[in-house]
Order: sequence, then C-alpha cells, then structure tokens
Amino acid sequence: MRAFAFAGRCTKEIVRDPISLFFGIVFPIILLMILTAINRNVPEALFNIEQLTPGIAVFSLSFIALFAAQTLGKDRSTSYLIRLLTTPMKASDFIIGYTFPLGIFAVLQGLTCFIAAYFLGLELSFNHVFAFIALLITSTIFIGIGLLCGSLFNEKAAVGLCGALLTNLTAFLSGAWLDLSLIGGAFEKVAYALPFVHAVELVRAIVAEDFSAMFTHLYVVVVYAAVLFSLSIFIFKYKIQQN
Amino acid sequence: MSAAIELQGLSKRFKEKVAVSPMTLTINQGELFGLLGVNGAGKTTVINMLSGLAKPSARDALVLGHSLSKELPSIRGLLAVSPQETSIALNLSVRENLLLMTRIHGFSKDESIEKTEGLISQFSLQPYEHQRGKKLSGGWQRKLSIAMALIADPQILFLDEPTLGLDIISRRELWAMISKLRETTTIVLTTHYLEEAESLCDRICIMKDGEIQALGTVDELLTTASKENFEDAFVHFVTGGEL
Repeated sequence: MRAFAFAGRCTKEIVRDPISLFFGIVFPIILLMILTAINRNVPEALFNIEQLTPGIAVFSLSFIALFAAQTLGKDRSTSYLIRLLTTPMKASDFIIGYTFPLGIFAVLQGLTCFIAAYFLGLELSFNHVFAFIALLITSTIFIGIGLLCGSLFNEKAAVGLCGALLTNLTAFLSGAWLDLSLIGGAFEKVAYALPFVHAVELVRAIVAEDFSAMFTHLYVVVVYAAVLFSLSIFIFKYKIQQN
Repeated sequence: MSAAIELQGLSKRFKEKVAVSPMTLTINQGELFGLLGVNGAGKTTVINMLSGLAKPSARDALVLGHSLSKELPSIRGLLAVSPQETSIALNLSVRENLLLMTRIHGFSKDESIEKTEGLISQFSLQPYEHQRGKKLSGGWQRKLSIAMALIADPQILFLDEPTLGLDIISRRELWAMISKLRETTTIVLTTHYLEEAESLCDRICIMKDGEIQALGTVDELLTTASKENFEDAFVHFVTGGEL
C-alpha cells in the first residue's frame, strides 16, 4: 500500500516533467525516423528497421536511468527523503516505489518505439511480446545505475552522469545505430564486456525469431541486471542507514 | 509536568569528530523548546538522533517513555519532523502532497480526505490546494511542509529552522501558526533567529560544538548572563563572555 502510494507519486514526478517525457518517449521516435530516413537514402544501408528498432528501444532505456537518478537525487537534495524516513516507510517501500513506475515506463517506451517502427515498415508479430520482456529485464540495468547514482551523488552530478555520460555510452557502445565490428579492436571488446550491446542483440534476436542466438545475450543481460540492481538496493539501504 | 523527551547522556560521534557530547536534559510535554547555536553546534544532529534519522553513538533517550535505542518503530508513530529544507514533492499539488502523506501513514480513503481537508483549512491552504509545490512561494512551501508533518497527529513535532530564508511577513505568519500548534503538541524548534526563539520558546538550550552552554527560560538566561537583551546573552554564552 505504502509502496504503491509512493510509486504513484514517483510516476507523477516523471510524467509531469515535459523534458522527461520528450527524452523518454518523443526523442527515440524522432531518432528512429531520422535514422530510417538516412538508411533509405544511403547506397548501402547500415541497418534495416528490424535492426534499428531494437537498438533505439534499448538506447531509449538509458533515459530511465536519468529519471531514477533525478527523482532520487532531488528527494535527497530537498530533504523529502529525510521526511519520508521519519514515517513508517520501509526500505522495500522505497525500492518498489522508485522502481515500479520506471518498469512501466520502460514497457511504454518499448511499445511506442515498436508502434512507431510499424509505421516505418516493421512487421509486428506476437514474438514482440518477448521483446518487451527483454526490454523490461534490460530496464533493471538502467534503473539500477540510476538509483546507484542518485544514492551516491548529488542531483546535479547524478543527472550529469546518467543524462550525459550514460546516454552517450549506451549510444556508442550498444551498436544501436553503428556496426561495432566495423570499428573492431579494443572498442568492440569494451562494448562486448558491457551489457548494452548484448541487450540490443538480444532484442534483435527476438525480433528476427532467431531464438538460438538469444540465450548468450540473455545470460549477460540477466547477470548485469541482477548485479547492478542488487548493488543499487544495497547502496540505497546503506546510505539511508549510514547515520 | 510529565516528560516528553528525556536525553540520558545521548551523544554522537562521526569518526573522530564529536558532533554531540553526552547530553542530559528533559523536555516537558506541551513545551515549546528551543535549540539554539551557531552553525555546527549540533542542533540538527540532536533532532536527527531523536527522530531516528541518526543512530546515537552512546547512551539513550526516552521519547514519551519509549527507549530510542530499543523501541524506534513505536517512537516513529509519535513524532514528526519538518526538515530544514523545503521537503515537499515539488511536482505534486498541495492536496496531493497531503494525501500522499496520509496514505504513507496508512489512513483509509475517508480518513485521508478528512485529514487533508482539515489541514488545508487549518493552514489556510485553500487558494493553493491545486497548485504544484514548485509554484508556491517559500512561505507557503514551509506551511505545507509543517502541515505534512502534522498529518498523523504527532505528539512531538521537530521544526528544524522553519523560517529560514523567509521574509518577515511569512515568518510572522509561521510564528502565529507555531504558537497555535503548541496548544496540542510538544514542539522542539531550532532556529538562527534569536527573536524567534525569544518570542516563541518556553525554554531555550544554547549549544556550541556539541555541548550545552546554557539552559533555561529567556529571563533565566538573561539573569545568568547579566545582560539586558537576548542577543547579548546568546553571544555571551557562545563566546564564553569574550565578546
């Protein structure tokens, strides 16, 4: 009850911020349209819509980390969190409250991205439900990073880290709209050591109905999600009990 | 007069730094008790310990007869804190902020509406009830912050610098409100405004470097310091009579 009351509040904080809505929902669609247009007008298209859609869907999740960091960072800087810590709310209420709306938002992002892609030529199928599940699992990586930054840094630093650094890292190291094998070397190795490219390839495998190619990437994404999300819970609890 | 709070040698250390030296004093029920001191005196740390936000390093305190170290969950339902900063949800309206607090405290839907209506009326928040927190002036944000603290009818209310940064009219309005609250609630107030403490508090504790320098009514403190006005008395206690 308390957790969902708090989740409702976090949802309102996010959806009432027009900049959040623009970056979370509108910007990925604009990006999808621009990249689709570019791909149609270059002699050798880098990505077709089946490859581009999963890339953009995963990239748009990086904004989820920004929302998590922003909400938690703001609650810390305004002492709102201190007020709530003097109420009967438990650590689990906070975790559910911050996480639940972002999970819903992640699924909505995926939906809008795939619907926009449909109008750009993507054929929708029932298997895309599994793509949304994969995106939901991937979203816990970003929620974890966001909560970690929000717990450890002030609002300005947390927003800077998630809004500028993480979105760029995701953009370049996920292979969302560039072929990592064309760059190769250390860049490709670093990219494959991180979860972003695996998340993109996981969703691509689902969209392509190549389920045998899915599991390697799923394994990496699940491990990263479990580690980062657990770490964020641990750090959050540690920080609120630190005094 | 029965005790609301009994500090029994309560102290706090942050690594090597002593934030609050062993402190023993009693705050009576129905009293408006002032904690004064320059920055870093330990006022907020005392409030944080008594409200369960910071763990005491040694000894204990009784809050309405409950041991702080052993019965913190019971104590949480008896007190409320209005922190130093704004501490409201900025993207929620005045009404939504109050309703959220009722739900966090576990009130039923009907009780929540009744409580919210009551506080909106008590704090004259009607003209702003649908206005978002971030659109309110500093004075109204503080009023809302105090109203939120009162949602569960606490027996003890901690007001940490409630009028900091407010213009004189807003301060006077809050003083009137605090004076009304003292009829039903024990209040512990920290402030940098000496005239505020002088005007509102039944007794005042002056702290410096985590230690009690003086304790008593305004008249008692003036007599002890052999000063004509309260500002001179305060300076006398804080500087050890050097200024």
